[in-house]
Amino acid sequence: MALMETHNLVAHYGDFQALYGIDSYIDAGETVAVIGANGAGKSTYLNSVTGLHPGAGDAVRFEGEPIGHLRAADVVKLGIALVPEGRKLFASLSVEENLLIGGYGRKGGGYWTLATIFDLFPVLRELRGLPATALSGGQQQMVAFGRALISNPRLLLCDEVSLGLAPTIIKDIYSVLPAIKDGGAAIMLVEQDVQRALQVADRVYCFMEGRVSLAGAPAELDQAAIRGAYFGN
Amino acid sequence: MLSWIDAILQGVLLGGLYTLFAAGLSLMFGIMRLVNLAHGDLIVLAAFVILVIAETLGANIFVAVLIALPVMFILGFALQRLLLNYTLGKDILPPLLVTFGISIVIQNGLLESFSADSRRLQAFGLETQSWPLGGGIAVGVMPVLTFATAVLAILCVNWVMYRTELGRAFRATSDDPKTAQLMGIDNSRVFAIATGIAFMLITLSALYFGNRAQFDPTIGSFRLLYAFEAVIIGGLGSLWGTLAGGVILGVSQTIGAKINPEWQILAGHVVFLVVLVLRPRGLFPRSVD
Repeated sequence: MALMETHNLVAHYGDFQALYGIDSYIDAGETVAVIGANGAGKSTYLNSVTGLHPGAGDAVRFEGEPIGHLRAADVVKLGIALVPEGRKLFASLSVEENLLIGGYGRKGGGYWTLATIFDLFPVLRELRGLPATALSGGQQQMVAFGRALISNPRLLLCDEVSLGLAPTIIKDIYSVLPAIKDGGAAIMLVEQDVQRALQVADRVYCFMEGRVSLAGAPAELDQAAIRGAYFGN
Repeated sequence: MLSWIDAILQGVLLGGLYTLFAAGLSLMFGIMRLVNLAHGDLIVLAAFVILVIAETLGANIFVAVLIALPVMFILGFALQRLLLNYTLGKDILPPLLVTFGISIVIQNGLLESFSADSRRLQAFGLETQSWPLGGGIAVGVMPVLTFATAVLAILCVNWVMYRTELGRAFRATSDDPKTAQLMGIDNSRVFAIATGIAFMLITLSALYFGNRAQFDPTIGSFRLLYAFEAVIIGGLGSLWGTLAGGVILGVSQTIGAKINPEWQILAGHVVFLVVLVLRPRGLFPRSVD
């Protein structure tokens, strides 16, 4: 049984249909990348999984149970955490408070705690008392990762984590993915940076205009096929 | 000279009452961006709740308020959960209209139940007692209690806001309700708790407001004005700012009254307008908005 799967997932914004029947899955321990151009439906896909975009019904299952009808606040309690696009840190909370709020209303237990997150991102330990908005973009992205990890998710969804960051910072951010995997989470990366995604992913889904245009392991896919699936022919 | 010191001192203590008026309003706006036009009427409603409890049990008003606090918390929680949450959104008009409607419902409900007679919460003679400070200056026991309650209430609410998980959830939800949901925060429940706490502040202000002067079912809207002024002088969403705003309003009024008794109310409004012109965001605005 897959950790999380979608079957014929559709999504609408009013009259506009954003997703046309997405079939996808991710197994425990896997790293899966979702690539695609702007407007391909990647973020809508993540919002449907996390419950921010309601109405997915039975189309989304987590550990075999349908979760599409749940609210976002309940989905995260099942073990799905999102590192949102643009980081979305809470401006009036300190770095430490931003991390703590990720575990809101839950007892501890699990690998990720404030201490292990500070071990993963040592720079945050010194900055813990500062307002989250006082940090650099890369440091804010670390806080966003830590905030998602502290809920000890079994599935970590990462939406465009490299957007707006310098290449060396992106490298730093990607270098923690193995540690996150060792912490027990499957990782789903939504990326526009195709090469970066192909390097770390076990499998890739390419979205185009609300459909899966290509799927497979990076080694099996040739560049021309990816280019075609990404941009259309 | 002493009489000016006296005026300032009495003004500061009066500011405690205005702070209590304003604290619930400030809290609800700070967390939910909800402007509660029924705030003044809710203070009057709470005063009647205290009155009914005191008369039914034959208890004094301080005991009655201890019972009224949880009652009003539940009322606030339910009102937010069942009604006000549905008015929140991008548009600021629905909460204004709905709370304006609640204001009318409360006024007329109270008129129907309690008639238009003026009532007062009697505190077994405490209201006429005072402590002499020497030099002919004395402070009333009730004004001192009022001010102490205001400071204590703000300390408590700030402790919740900045030292507890619930407070983190309040601030996170206030910053970004959508992302807060991703943290597992149930916005509608968090908002309901916030309104419950605001209703407890309303109950505390009702205790001193109902004791200081007579009240009747229609007096709430006049008190709403002072509450708004204290909140805006202090800066929207900041509770210590609200205390400063309440004190500035109180001192302006007593100094105005010292110069000319007719100027008491006017002086407060003038100072409010001056602050609005010079510091439109108030004296202590929250850095994040």
